[in-house]
Amino acid sequence: MVSVKALLGRPWIWSFLGAVLVWLATIVFTGGYGAGGMVTAALSLAVFTVIVGVGQMFVITLGPGNVDLSLPANIGLASAVAMKVMDGSDTMIAVGLLAALATGAAIGVVNYLLIWALRIPPIIATLSASFIIQSIDISYGRGLQIKPPPGFADFANWQVLGIPVLAILTVLFTIGAAIALQRMIYGRSVLAIGQNIRAAWLAGVNVGRIRFLTYTLSGALGGIDGALLAGYFRGANVDIGNEYLLASIAVVVIGGTSVAGGKANVPGVWGAALFLVLLLTMLNTFGVSAGVRLLLTGLIIVGVITAAGGQKALR
Amino acid sequence: MRPEMTAASVDTGLKTSSERGALARARLLRGLLPALSLALVLIAIAWLNPRAISYFGFSLMLNLAIPIALATIAQMFVIAGNELDLSIGTFVGFVGCVTATWLKDAPLIGVAILLGSIGVYALLGALIHLRNLPSIVVTLGMSFVWQGLAILVLPKPGGKAPDWLLAIMAFKPPFVPFPIIAALLIGLIVHFGLMRTSYGVILRGSGGNPAALGRAGWSLLKTKIVLFSLAGLFGVLSGMALIGITTSADANIGNGYTLLAIAGVILGGGEFVGGRVSPIGAVLGALTLALAASPLLTFMHIPPDWQVAANGAILIIVLAARVLISRRER
Repeated sequence: MVSVKALLGRPWIWSFLGAVLVWLATIVFTGGYGAGGMVTAALSLAVFTVIVGVGQMFVITLGPGNVDLSLPANIGLASAVAMKVMDGSDTMIAVGLLAALATGAAIGVVNYLLIWALRIPPIIATLSASFIIQSIDISYGRGLQIKPPPGFADFANWQVLGIPVLAILTVLFTIGAAIALQRMIYGRSVLAIGQNIRAAWLAGVNVGRIRFLTYTLSGALGGIDGALLAGYFRGANVDIGNEYLLASIAVVVIGGTSVAGGKANVPGVWGAALFLVLLLTMLNTFGVSAGVRLLLTGLIIVGVITAAGGQKALR
Repeated sequence: MRPEMTAASVDTGLKTSSERGALARARLLRGLLPALSLALVLIAIAWLNPRAISYFGFSLMLNLAIPIALATIAQMFVIAGNELDLSIGTFVGFVGCVTATWLKDAPLIGVAILLGSIGVYALLGALIHLRNLPSIVVTLGMSFVWQGLAILVLPKPGGKAPDWLLAIMAFKPPFVPFPIIAALLIGLIVHFGLMRTSYGVILRGSGGNPAALGRAGWSLLKTKIVLFSLAGLFGVLSGMALIGITTSADANIGNGYTLLAIAGVILGGGEFVGGRVSPIGAVLGALTLALAASPLLTFMHIPPDWQVAANGAILIIVLAARVLISRRER
């Protein structure tokens, strides 16, 4: 009993419970049909939310006001860059991925430069940057070869025994992110800044460098996500990243990371991403219209946030 | 409020009179920044295409300025309370859909729906305060709710604006184009309410120093509800004004307004924390964005692909200018 209690005390357990609940509701509706296929599909789609969610989690953990609003534009541009560099040829896959990573990282660097040089809130900095990135993408993506090389598309859709390989890789990546967050100087510094930026600075944390690294990391993850998305959906377009603004912030918060900063957890990002994807699958299975689906998604997000409650202010 | 801020304001009180004079000049410059950026955009337009500076030209260029200005004011109320509304765009779209359907066909039900939606905004304010929720996430979720409702009200683009609304928006006063008069009126009315009345001070104080206000006995729950209700009210006005201009609606019609409204508030001298906002600045910011986004680019022969980028660039330039001025303030 003690272990169950300890498990329930974890902030991330609720998102997994929610995901299982939604999954059960759906297979009860279908009479058990497609239960396994649903998990496979949910895993492959959740991967993309998890990758940007982890980046967003590190940013949000930096403290109030820190959020990366440029992720959708970033994903769009990086997916176009990746497809352009790969140019439909299997030999260029690695170069294309690197190009997407570099594009994303560069966007992260610009974001932080704006925050630092103009001393403006990250929301406005990433927002202004996203305006510009969006235009670059529209202008650059016009008349572009948008199909991924067949090898890359197959890789992004590759499954072993019903488990997407991309999901396995992402689990490894998130384990790495969890270690970085809890056991490495970088992660502890991010948490310290989120708890009290002034105290962290006085304690000798290089606040500027950690924030710079965090925004660059978030950008780089957005970039790689864009390339993978284009591979998975076998094509890039300007709007490919649009849904990831809400999704990236929602998975962080639903997963039990504090929006006030200073408290983060990685497993919750997975749980929340699976929850959101399964929720959409459920609503689609129930055959509701687009309007009702949007309405319910919004209400459930607001409901979950309300139930989870906000953090009492420190002090 | 953080301790270093209060310390800074004590410091400024101890400065010599010459320093204070320089400080006042920097403050004035900072206050004039929204007007200066608008003037700059106007000069650029006049230089590129002198014929645009006419009654007809302004009516055309500022066509959508009224709904943008109203949405910006709505966002400004939310920002004044240290929150952010990421749903105002889809809310404007939802109001537009209701205006083009219910408000025309069954005015009483239409009015009830719109009043109800303002009530939802009030409830959101209460919810955010009572549960201490992050407004970004709540309103991001609400943006889905409004969009879903808009699609349910109007599944396909269409509907028609009520005739009285069309008549109002088509009003052609002598000498000065309607959008300019309307923008001035909106700015002045809100300026009076928020900057010149005692409860306006309380409202801004709830963003400036909530703890002090709470200890002085004011209900922070009430201020948050009032700020969100005002945001809802101006969101409704924005949606109605928009439909009065476009004559028909579409569930996605307002989507761009969320970011435009935030940008307008910041351009107008508002700040994210501390209840520092300026209604007249916000209206000027909205006008600047409305002019810079399309007419200016068209005259400069820049393809429409770069319109969004222009908004971003203007934001960055104005913020950079503000940093330069603020440096002098210290």
